[in-house]
Amino acid sequence: MLGLSPEHLLFLLRGAGWTIVLSLLGFVGGTIVGLPVALCRSSKMRSLRVVSSAYVQLVQGIPLPVIMFVVYFGLSIGGYELPALVAAGIAMTAYSSAYLGEIWKGCIEAVPKTQWEAAECLALTPVQRFVDVILPQAVRIAIPPTVGFLVQIVKNTSYSVVIGFFDLTYSAKVLNNSTFKPFTVFTIAALLYFVICYPLSVLSRRYERKLKRA
Amino acid sequence: MEPIVRFKDVRKSFGTLEVLKGVTLDIMPGTVTALIGRSGSGKSTALRCINALEQINGGELHVCGRALHNGGFDLRALRQDVGIVFQSYNLFPHLTVAQNIMLAPRRVKKIGKDEARALAEEVLSQVGLLEKADNYPEQLSGGQQQRVAIARSLAMKPKLMLFDEVTSALDPELTGEVLKVIEKLAESGMTMVLVTHEMNFAERVADQIAFMHHGTVWELGSGEMLRAPKTPELQQFVGSGL
Ligand SMILES: Nc1ncnc2c1ncn2[C@@H]1O[C@H](COP(=O)(O)OP(=O)(O)O)[C@@H](O)[C@H]1O
Ligand SMILES: [Mg+2]
Repeated sequence: MLGLSPEHLLFLLRGAGWTIVLSLLGFVGGTIVGLPVALCRSSKMRSLRVVSSAYVQLVQGIPLPVIMFVVYFGLSIGGYELPALVAAGIAMTAYSSAYLGEIWKGCIEAVPKTQWEAAECLALTPVQRFVDVILPQAVRIAIPPTVGFLVQIVKNTSYSVVIGFFDLTYSAKVLNNSTFKPFTVFTIAALLYFVICYPLSVLSRRYERKLKRA
Repeated sequence: MEPIVRFKDVRKSFGTLEVLKGVTLDIMPGTVTALIGRSGSGKSTALRCINALEQINGGELHVCGRALHNGGFDLRALRQDVGIVFQSYNLFPHLTVAQNIMLAPRRVKKIGKDEARALAEEVLSQVGLLEKADNYPEQLSGGQQQRVAIARSLAMKPKLMLFDEVTSALDPELTGEVLKVIEKLAESGMTMVLVTHEMNFAERVADQIAFMHHGTVWELGSGEMLRAPKTPELQQFVGSGL
């Protein structure tokens, strides 16, 4: 097909598989780190706000490929030989946690203050107020922008090409080097990215509409 | 008998704005006190001091045997003794009516699910909404939501209930059903403090009426006070039809 063999296509699909793996790593890591970041950003304690805000500013102020380099080479200077997957996973975690933390901070603050107050007046502890009353409402608000951000995560995993991680972009580059059909190869890669991302944006928009109606 | 709430020259400021300028007021167990007065006179602030949503800056405030001005009391125990209902209901939208009511008894008093459900049904029948137990708040009218908010408060078995303009957000045809619930509570002997603009209701139900003006209790009396005001300020307030 188009001068490419089934083996070539399979090669690209394997790259796409690793793109999905890295995206999932980035999302799971980003959630694990991003949730505490969101909590600290909306905390009453100034010190927590300052530290978490500094973290967000720092990560958002550095281009993702540079974060990839810093993690990959930085850790190898420290004597750790990291597989590219681990380095890329850490970089994606840092990147997504900063953005998810900001998104979720907004969602927590979007729950009316009167809900905190009502929970407080019922003698709930601060943790109970958050877990039983605020969090479920914040999660509902958070679903559309979070699913929307998944698209950014998937697309931005392509920067892992700079540290030689075998993702979809990298496999396309390698395949092009051996077949010399750049237009065909990169068009197929583009289609594969689209196939991964499109359902996510549809889902995000559908949730958004559902939330607006409610 | 000891008063359940005692304000003694209570002062409260927000920044440089002094909102309560020496409020003195006793509230006896089993009585209904209505706080009336112009918007901005400090009624809500006084009410919110009673369950320590606001901290006072001067004077003494005793609530259910606790000296709030000294600090160091058990805040969550106070919140269990004092229920409050707001103008905007503040039901939890992600929980059903029954779940709204069951949440605090389960988490705070650690009672079982079945017991909590029975409790929810008991307080819901008190406000006449048993059939709405499994609906979500958004499926209810404003008046019904406010009755659920009252039921939610009642489920904690408070010694004292506070109401802050609980009918002000309602269409006129829906205020009656909420006032009826409050009146029934009064008959059952519940101690209540209510901020209200419903003068006829205050006159009929309240044992004492406190007219607040400029951050003080300007005039204190029974229902008759509204028909024979002593101060020109209350006279003007009553005359303005507010
Ligand atoms: N949290 C607050 N911060 C600053 N000012 C407040 C706050 N709460 C109330 N006030 C001010 O205190 C005054 C009295 O308010 P409030 O007790 O709500 O009066 P009322 O309930 O009688 O209308 C108003 O001028 C109001 O703007
Ligand atoms: Mg008020």
